[in-house]
Formats: sequence, C-alpha cells, structure tokens
Amino acid sequence: MIEVTDLRVTFGHGADIVAAVQGVSFAVREGESFGLVGESGSGKSTVLRAVVGLNHDWTGSIAVAGAAQSRRREKGFFKSCQMVFQDPYGSLHPRHTIDRILAEPIAIHGLRDADARIDRVLRDVGLGPQFRFRYPHQLSGGQRQRVAIARALVLEPRVLLLDEPTSALDVSVQAEILNLLKRLRAEHALTYVLVSHNLAVVATMCDRLAVMNRGRIVEEMDVESLRRGAAREDYTRQLLRASQGYDRAAADSFKDFA
Amino acid sequence: MSDKALLEVENLRISFPTRTGVTQAVRGVSFTVGREKLGIVGESGSGKSMTGRAILRLVPPPGVVTADKLSFQGEDLLILPEKRLRGIRGRRISMVMQDPKFSLNPVMTIGAQIAEAYRVHSSAGKAEAKRRALEMLEAVRIRNPERVYGLYPHEVSGGMGQRIMIAMMLIPNPDLLIADEPTSALDVTVQMQVLAIMDELCSSRGMGMIFVSHDLNLVASFCDRILIMYAGRVVETCRASELHAAKHPYTRGLLDSLPRLDDTRAELPVLARDPSWLEG
Repeated sequence: MIEVTDLRVTFGHGADIVAAVQGVSFAVREGESFGLVGESGSGKSTVLRAVVGLNHDWTGSIAVAGAAQSRRREKGFFKSCQMVFQDPYGSLHPRHTIDRILAEPIAIHGLRDADARIDRVLRDVGLGPQFRFRYPHQLSGGQRQRVAIARALVLEPRVLLLDEPTSALDVSVQAEILNLLKRLRAEHALTYVLVSHNLAVVATMCDRLAVMNRGRIVEEMDVESLRRGAAREDYTRQLLRASQGYDRAAADSFKDFA
Repeated sequence: MSDKALLEVENLRISFPTRTGVTQAVRGVSFTVGREKLGIVGESGSGKSMTGRAILRLVPPPGVVTADKLSFQGEDLLILPEKRLRGIRGRRISMVMQDPKFSLNPVMTIGAQIAEAYRVHSSAGKAEAKRRALEMLEAVRIRNPERVYGLYPHEVSGGMGQRIMIAMMLIPNPDLLIADEPTSALDVTVQMQVLAIMDELCSSRGMGMIFVSHDLNLVASFCDRILIMYAGRVVETCRASELHAAKHPYTRGLLDSLPRLDDTRAELPVLARDPSWLEG
C-alpha cells in the first residue's frame, strides 16, 4: 500500500543544513498497521509529513496505493490518504462548527450527499448528530480528536496516517480513542501508519514497527518480538527499558546513540 | 515517613467563582509530606496542579483558597504576610513547572537566570553566584556547563531546558520541591535521566518532593507514596509499591486502561465513571 525507498529530507541551506531523514525505506501492506517509533528529532513525523505531501523537499521515492508520488500531490491523492494530527486543540478551526469542518473536505472533492456523509461519519466515530453544530471549544480533548478522525474519514480514504493521535489526551480517554481507531480499521479495512514515542501504544495498535533514531531506521520488528522484548539493537533495548518505568540503575547506564 | 512532616495540609479547598456559579477545583484535600517523594496522580482537571500551586499561594485570582491547616515547618502559609512568604517561596519550597519553553526567560542567558535565582535568595556576590550556577549545571549533568551558561533558552533542547529549570530550582537548596509534570515533555530516556538527577538530590540532601503527574506507572516506579485525585478529591492513598493492589475502582480503571507492552487484549477497558466517586 505504501512503499518508501531511500527517503531523504533536509532542512536549511549551506552550513545550517539539517538532514532530518537520511535514507529511510519501508513498505506497508494493504490493511496493515505499521508503527514508527522514536524519540523527538528522530525524523518519524517528518517521514509521515513527506508521505502525505505536507513536506515538498524530499528525495527518494514514495508510492501510495501503487502510484508513485511526485513532490506536489494531485487532489485525488488526498481522497485515498488522510492524516490525523497530534494536537486536537490546534488542528480544528476554532471558529468553524463541526459541521463546517466536516463539510469542507466534501466540498473540495465535489462529493454529493454531504449531509448523509457527515451524519454517518459522526456516528462512526461515536459522537452522534447532537455534536454537529457545536464549536470545538465546546468539546473535550477526546471528543475533538474524534472530530479530527471523522474529518480524515469523511472522504473514505484507504490509508490513515496518525501522528501521535493520543499523546495529548488523558490515559482513560486514550484507551477510548485507541479502541475507536482499532474498530474503524477493522470495519473499513484501513491501512494505518502510526507515529508514536509510546511503545505500549504501538504494541496494542500495530502489526509491525520500525524504530528510528537520528533520521535512520535502526530496526524493523514485528509486534510479537516487541512484546517479548526481543530487540536486536542496543538502541531499541534502551528505549524498551526506559518505557518500563523509572529504574535508577538503568538511567545511569543510558548512553547516546549516534 | 521516618521523621516529622515538612508540610501539613488539611481540608484544602480551592474554588473559582464563574458566571455560572462557583467551580470547586479542589474539595477537601488532606495530606502530609515528609522527607520523601510523594506522587499526586490524576487526570486533567482533577485538581492536582492546583494543589501544588496552592502550597506556594500561586493560585491565580479569582481563585479562593481555604484550608483548616496549611503549614510548612510550623509556619502557616495561609496567613503569612507576602514579604515573609517570599522567603519561603523559591528559597525553602521551590517549584518546577511543566514546560521549559514557557517558564524560562527568553531574553536572558541561562547562566544569568540561574545565578539570579541564587543571588535573590542569598547574599552572594556575582562571582560566587556564577561559580555556584556552573556547579549546579554540572550537577544536573549538563556537559560543558561553561558553554551552556552563555546560551539563550531557544538554543537548547527540551530535555536540557528541563534540566536547567531543575538546576535553577535546586540552587537555593530547598527543603521541599514541587514538581508539576516535570518530565512529561521529555523523551523516555531523557525523562529517566532527569528523574535520576532529582532522585539523587532527594536522597543526598534529604529534600522532600511532591511529584505531580498523570503517568501512573512512572509515579509508581519513582515515588514512595501516591495520592490519587479525582474531581478535586483524594480518592485513594497508597504506597507506590502497592499501587498494583489499589482498591478504588477509579484507580483500577486507570490502571486497566493503560496500554501495555505485552498487550494482547483486543480492546482496552474504558473507564466507566461512577457518580458516587465524586463524593467518595
């Protein structure tokens, strides 16, 4: 479904050049849920932004649904590939009603029966029609993230790119959103790419994952090995250790991986 | 608790008058802190941060704070004049905020800010303050403190910014440190390193600490005791090592809803909120 080969992304010019992604390759099968894990600055979000077309300055090749992608995307691309962002407080227009937020992608793509689509997608994400004419500030963080997911789903895409979809939410709300994402994937046969720094979230959501550090993929593994803690690389092992709560001895043994 | 309590809080209440009536953010919270690490856990809006702020009288107006007792080493923080309170705030009780991006002065070098924190609370001269600031930067494991001393906040990473905040809060050598989500903006490995620094300072200086966080597992592995707050009340208190045996349905629900590394559950259990918890 998604094939990324030797992706490179740089920011800045001359002496200030930063190579954020340095030759990343991975493939995601149709219907699969793929996790991208790493710490801040590892380039995981940059990869996702390049795939969805928010970042134009990249080299390498990106293919989505069998079609090789150029730097600028056709409108039709976004019908099949949508993104959900990290911060549900920042990603919804504060002065648009939920109805208007959801109607916009429908209008852009010239689809018909907007009314029925909005109604259906709101029910799908567990909000129901009573939320339709509210503003984002009248909703809780979890409800807003449901709206963001509804906005991505209203075009009935095949691929959903999720950038830390629950890191801004409380744990009890996180469980609700993760359950929702799981259910939607099963019902609509969606392909997911999930970016997260939380290994436990990836373990519940994904089939396979890649661990990134400093713009490179350090290790690719399936979720079974993650659950067993069977990491091949030292970097991944350190990340796993750090995810399991505070441990004084472990903290002292941590080192930087270049 | 091995020795006398540093801080005693009894029946703390914080309310905010709004157009639609009075909102009670904290409703009758009581606890004591000795020379230990006390964790306060809860969701957004549970009142955990406000509890931390009330101790230093930092609840923003129009918030109203009342308590039967709010005393720090025998001094009543509720009625202490502002001038005397300034001798405690930052000097004997200090507070680390959540986000270094918004808590450091953007137009002042890091070194100058840390040195200022020291000079405000002591009679030290400039040279002495600089020496202490450099020492402190080293204590929070910043490599090359001389270089970092001259940098501005935007030139350092989030993890380093947080360590700088901790250095600044610890330089007056406080008896009690209130840390409000001090590591939630950090990567897991950096978070562990920052916690190790605070842990070491707690044990070597005999400092008490209130660690406010939403991360149950982190608090359970880091603190000695935990208060679990829900809707402005403490619903459960337990030893950190016994959190897994917590009894209150809210605590249990929170624990169950966390995804785990070895998770094979098809669905995560969702917290079903019981109105009786509001009064429990």
